[in-house]
Amino acid sequence: MIDEITILGGYDKQGNKEPVEKVIIKKGEIFGVVGPTGSGKSSLIGDIEQLAQEDTFSKRKILVDNKEPSYEDRTNPRKKMVAQLSQNMNFLADMSVGDFLNLHAKCRGASNKCVNAVVKLANTLTGEPIKKKHELTILSGGQSRALMVADVAIISNSPIVLIDEIENAGIRKHDAIKALAGHGKIVMVVTHDPVLALMADKRIIMKNGGMQNVVHTSEKEKQVSKKLNKIDELMLNLRDRVRNGEILEEIGHIEI
Amino acid sequence: MRMIIVAGTPGSGKTAVLMHALKSLNERNLKSSVVKIDCLYTDDDKKFAKIGVPTKVGLSMDMCPDHYAIYNTEDMISWASENESDFLVMETAGLCHRCAPYTMNCLGVCVIDATSGPNTPLKVGPFLSTADVAVITKGDMISQAEREIFRERVLEVNPNCKVIEANGLSGQGCVELAEEMLKSREVALDQEKLRHSAPLAVCTLCVGETKVNKKYHRGILRRIDGFQKYEGE
Repeated sequence: MIDEITILGGYDKQGNKEPVEKVIIKKGEIFGVVGPTGSGKSSLIGDIEQLAQEDTFSKRKILVDNKEPSYEDRTNPRKKMVAQLSQNMNFLADMSVGDFLNLHAKCRGASNKCVNAVVKLANTLTGEPIKKKHELTILSGGQSRALMVADVAIISNSPIVLIDEIENAGIRKHDAIKALAGHGKIVMVVTHDPVLALMADKRIIMKNGGMQNVVHTSEKEKQVSKKLNKIDELMLNLRDRVRNGEILEEIGHIEI
Repeated sequence: MRMIIVAGTPGSGKTAVLMHALKSLNERNLKSSVVKIDCLYTDDDKKFAKIGVPTKVGLSMDMCPDHYAIYNTEDMISWASENESDFLVMETAGLCHRCAPYTMNCLGVCVIDATSGPNTPLKVGPFLSTADVAVITKGDMISQAEREIFRERVLEVNPNCKVIEANGLSGQGCVELAEEMLKSREVALDQEKLRHSAPLAVCTLCVGETKVNKKYHRGILRRIDGFQKYEGE
């Protein structure tokens, strides 16, 4: 198990040194990554995914438990410490859900038994049921995303989990984060959504390709977060009702 | 001098990946010369010129670009030697990917696009199976699960190759490719042999026949049922 990862700052898009020189993320922590589009959030996540060693555009360096990871650790999928859920919502592989999950389980050295568990978990996150015999390419955006979340949570059971913009997914994002965060994992969430940003313990502020600041979620923000959750649940509830063909008379009751 | 032969499907990012790798060699004061082989058109020479690498273009026109590249290897080696280059980099368009343009002592680099689907590595043949390095591009466009399956499939076809996951836009992975180039062997023209023979293609089509009807065809002919015959003098 990993206790912490360290991000050593590199350079922003203009080639200036990043204001934040060092970020340490400990086991069990949820970190947010926020900033305008194009500010370098996905690149930061990409650097961590590859455990960059000053060999990417940003020249950042990632240490695991204060050590440089070995080449084997960086590339062998069976040893891979990082599971990533990227912004890409669609599968391109031309095969059935069952075959695909079996193949992935084989790559990761996981048992075939987890295939059913993945499908089961995915079906708790999305409205339309996914079956093993379905072709991957015909899944809807929400189904694909739910399957990716479940795959990352169960098959790619890695100690570091990176999530890039789960809010666009049309799935139950709280449940998804819960499934992914698991026990004692290091979780990073790229987000534009204040609900998710405030769910994190700390957040990295990105600008111009560089890490500008690291902010702790304050007590007040945690209060705000609770209220935002209520609004979010209300929205989800309304969405389900509209989806099911109901006619809405009013917003419903909400206490903030 | 070392020879690097880069093959890959069209649009897989051969040029983008190479540009980043060659920049990295430039930074170490190592000189490269590039020969770009394409079929009908290329403006990649302008891109390489921008990073200060001398580039020659070869257009194979109606000839197979891999065959064309192989016939011209000797001239490329002498040109790169005149430039006093440390590396001769040959980038070839390839057509059917049944040819593996790699020679014994070159560093054979196969660039393959991860979005082409997990069965692609099984389809492409010697151009992947005889390569030293397989560079997988566009991995950022697919899910991690698909990326891992793709990588496993590449290793199924070529268990001994070094797999590099690269991004032609950001340059990720390209320094690693440059490292592999540094480790490659010296080219020795007299001893250079192809790693894999080119596929059989001696028929009337090769010399310009355009009619489809069977009666117009001579040479080595293979039917769809596998039956093969030679017709002609």
